Amino acid sequence: MTPRRAEHIALGLMISGAFLALAILFFIIAVIMIKGLPHITTRFLLDNPMDMGRAGGIFSTIVSTVYLLIVSLIIAIPLGVGTAIYLTEYTVEGKITKIVRFGTECLAGVPSIILGLFGFILFVIKLGFGWSVLSGGISLAIMILPVIIRTSEEAIKAVPQSFRDVNEVLGGSKWQGVTRLVLPNAAPGILTGVILSVGRGIGETAVVIFTLGTSLRTPFSIFDSGRSMAVHFYIIAREGISMANAYATAAVLVFSILFINIFSYYLMHRFVKGRT
Amino acid sequence: MQPPVIEAENVSLKAAGKNVLNHITLKIHQNEIFGIMGPSGGGKTSFLRLINHTFRAQKVETEGHLFVLGKDALSEDINPTSLRRKVSMVFATPVVLPMSIFENLVYGLRIQGIKGKSTLQMAAERGLKAAILWEEVRDRLDKPARKLSGGQQQRLCIARAMAMSPDILLLDEPTSGLDPISTFRIEEALKELKKKHTIVLVSNNTKQIARVTDRCAFFLMGELVETGETSSMFTVPREKKTDDYIAGRFG
Repeated sequence: MTPRRAEHIALGLMISGAFLALAILFFIIAVIMIKGLPHITTRFLLDNPMDMGRAGGIFSTIVSTVYLLIVSLIIAIPLGVGTAIYLTEYTVEGKITKIVRFGTECLAGVPSIILGLFGFILFVIKLGFGWSVLSGGISLAIMILPVIIRTSEEAIKAVPQSFRDVNEVLGGSKWQGVTRLVLPNAAPGILTGVILSVGRGIGETAVVIFTLGTSLRTPFSIFDSGRSMAVHFYIIAREGISMANAYATAAVLVFSILFINIFSYYLMHRFVKGRT
Repeated sequence: MQPPVIEAENVSLKAAGKNVLNHITLKIHQNEIFGIMGPSGGGKTSFLRLINHTFRAQKVETEGHLFVLGKDALSEDINPTSLRRKVSMVFATPVVLPMSIFENLVYGLRIQGIKGKSTLQMAAERGLKAAILWEEVRDRLDKPARKLSGGQQQRLCIARAMAMSPDILLLDEPTSGLDPISTFRIEEALKELKKKHTIVLVSNNTKQIARVTDRCAFFLMGELVETGETSSMFTVPREKKTDDYIAGRFG
């Protein structure tokens, strides 16, 4: 085979691979939209599920999902951004930073079902939080923590060192430099990471089913159980309760994730543009 | 001659086992422009960074005393923040913060907790006038500082340092990236500034040292070769090495 021919074949394979990946995405979205969209009405979005999800809407699961995400972000953002600040601003690259980084990598690699089981044993049973928004929020926070640490670190590193030097020679403390110069300039990048992790958290089932539970009631207190959209979809689809409602739920879920991803790409783009 | 504000007595500096400065002894007097020249790697910037306590490297060892405004900047119990409020510094490349011209100017005051609007405005005006930038930007203080030209940005950095009314201004090759006209403007500003402040100017441009400094020192590979009146050093240098450097035979 001539090199020229090999080149053509390789190129052809790569292009078809790229298109196949894109085609799969479109196929999934198309199936869910075709089967789900006709069932989405305002009543579907604003009514609570009835008869185990056979009838009614998904309002309580939307509330559960949003509630769960807010609680997990309240925990994960300070912890993740704090870790990132510590790693980039307050330590010299060395053993400690390596250990912390390796630890977060490992945390990112833990299968979510294991995290769910861990959350179930520790928060639900041992600490007695029961199936609740609190247990689910903490467990989900553990899951998204590595994403937030990693993206925040990158964003903080992208802030020019010279800004910190200026802060220093003008008599500013390290913390003043962090709060007045580093974080405001890293904020768009940190926000991008947060939105990406929201995208991951919104579709998570394994962690959530073990820790938030599956109650269809609308949660009010953080000690109430609930059912996220992803879990709701999983249950009504698997148990064959209502395929129509399952697809409609999935469509709402996919729309949310799509919206979040597009929004975060837009933010990232603006962030990169502002830096150059 | 005015009393010294910076007195180095036998200052030696080792960073990561390497000698950076060897037994430097010199005095810098009030209201003078003191130049430090020499080829790069000679320890000029390191010496400057010892003065405001911003020298950073792993395993730093210092010897001797470096009295800055009466306090030893090399001692353990120096408070770096209060030192830097009196000893400000401007870098080789202008660093404007991504905010308005006004916010750049008052950054140093804001981090001291000063909030009064009139105090901040007065400080901003004082800084801009000191750096001869006031006329050019007085009507657009709320515009982003990044929109200024390179020369204006560097004068803004000087203005930002001067807004804190420091006693000493340290300049690390402040005109190395600027065109001749911007350089001229900055040099004019420095001559005006020395009436009230003490300026230490590091430069590897010997012509600039000759133009603006009153006294100067020649650093070569961590050693202080010679120090004295600029005029006499440039006409009758005591050391052969100084003569060679000024004549452009090396460096």
